[in-house]
Amino acid sequence: MVDFGGWELPQQYTSIRDEHIAVRKVAGLFDISHMGRFKVTGAAAFDFLQSLLTNDLSRIAEGRAQYNLMCNEQGGILDDLVVYWGDDGFFVVVNAANRERDLDWVRSHAPSAVDIEDRTFELALIAFQGPKAEELMPARGLDDLPYFGFRPAQVAGISALVSRTGYTGEDGFEIFVAADRVVKVWDAILENGGPHGVLPAGLGARDATRLEAALRLYGNDMDESVNPYEAGLGWTVRVDKPNFIGRAALARVKSDGPRRTLVGLKTAPGDIARHGAAVRNQDRQVGIVTSGTHSFFLGHPIALALVEVASLRVGETAGVDVRGRQASADVVQLPFYRGSARSAAASAKS
Amino acid sequence: MAGRLYTKSHEWITVEGKTVTVGITDFAQSQLGDVVFLELPNPGRKLDAGEGFGVVESIKAASDLYSPVAGRVTTVNEQLAAKPELINSDPYGDGWILKVELTGDLPTDLMDEAAYKKSTESQA
Repeated sequence: MVDFGGWELPQQYTSIRDEHIAVRKVAGLFDISHMGRFKVTGAAAFDFLQSLLTNDLSRIAEGRAQYNLMCNEQGGILDDLVVYWGDDGFFVVVNAANRERDLDWVRSHAPSAVDIEDRTFELALIAFQGPKAEELMPARGLDDLPYFGFRPAQVAGISALVSRTGYTGEDGFEIFVAADRVVKVWDAILENGGPHGVLPAGLGARDATRLEAALRLYGNDMDESVNPYEAGLGWTVRVDKPNFIGRAALARVKSDGPRRTLVGLKTAPGDIARHGAAVRNQDRQVGIVTSGTHSFFLGHPIALALVEVASLRVGETAGVDVRGRQASADVVQLPFYRGSARSAAASAKS
Repeated sequence: MAGRLYTKSHEWITVEGKTVTVGITDFAQSQLGDVVFLELPNPGRKLDAGEGFGVVESIKAASDLYSPVAGRVTTVNEQLAAKPELINSDPYGDGWILKVELTGDLPTDLMDEAAYKKSTESQA
């Protein structure tokens, strides 16, 4: 068990290797109840969220979710999050480590006609992810739930809210259920799926699968010093929206072009490039590794690196610091792996 | 000599005549998590007791490996290149790492099973 944003979470239940492979071949079950969840309601809720976030919520409707960024006035990323549009208001799901900071930010900008409620502790959130997730869910009627769709459903006979979203690049569901009933749902999914190879999966498998899918991790790949264009997330920014925090700064970055960019690196087995490691083009340092791990599924280490724009191109070779020496790295196309997640509009765009 | 002896840095040895087999303990492998890769010396390399001889890398971190004895490396477990997970699944059996031909006597500060177990209880 490790401390993750103030919560005690398992790195693995059995082995990272087994769990990672289970997610890619069958399905894995993640407990992600550490993520911050706010309910945003009231007559002005829609307009408020539009003014706070970079993406355009008018492109979705009730019953849909949307990946979004919250930026400061300078266009630096405060958090990446998902907004879920329900029948009685919006759910905003944020990174665990940023929950309190985000709540303060949201509350301090909210007008009086908007209510913000922190539901993190009374609602559990679990994620069932993998190519066989739909087939093995103890629930009916989810086959017509579209990617990023969101609706109430009975899972193992228990009322829940289910979205077709995830952080692994695989098809799957995120299930919001009352904290005092989640264990029943958890057990039912494992009992039903166990004989088919479903495993509970921890942080190690979660990090490896999201990195393979090139999904960004706040705190690693981006922070307040990084703007969405540098993080390869310009597609979530709608500068043509009337106004939102950071709009002017971001419009400038968009027209000038970002100065940095995220690239994908592949290294030889044994050369795990870790966060903070220097990345070089020949002898010149051009950036640093933001996320890196070994992929048990692909059989080699993978990494994301934030580098000067145009300093490294796909197909070239870079140098990366590994345990005090320079290792060779191939600059590769992202994502490292394309799983069963639906829709070309997946957040794996980069 | 019956049974394994242990170091403070979580290596174990068994001794048969002058041949010392070296590995890392079950405690060490569970702290490391899934082993991904090992950097090991070539046969013929001379080691002092306490000298770093390689690295064991997991998702979490890379850990140095220290020789429990003074001697010369005779064999390296070649299975570990393709199957580093043997360190996790069988740390005292197929997950053995090196065989060393002992020079001189065994160090006197190696722990027996009971003493090692006690020392890990305070670390777990």
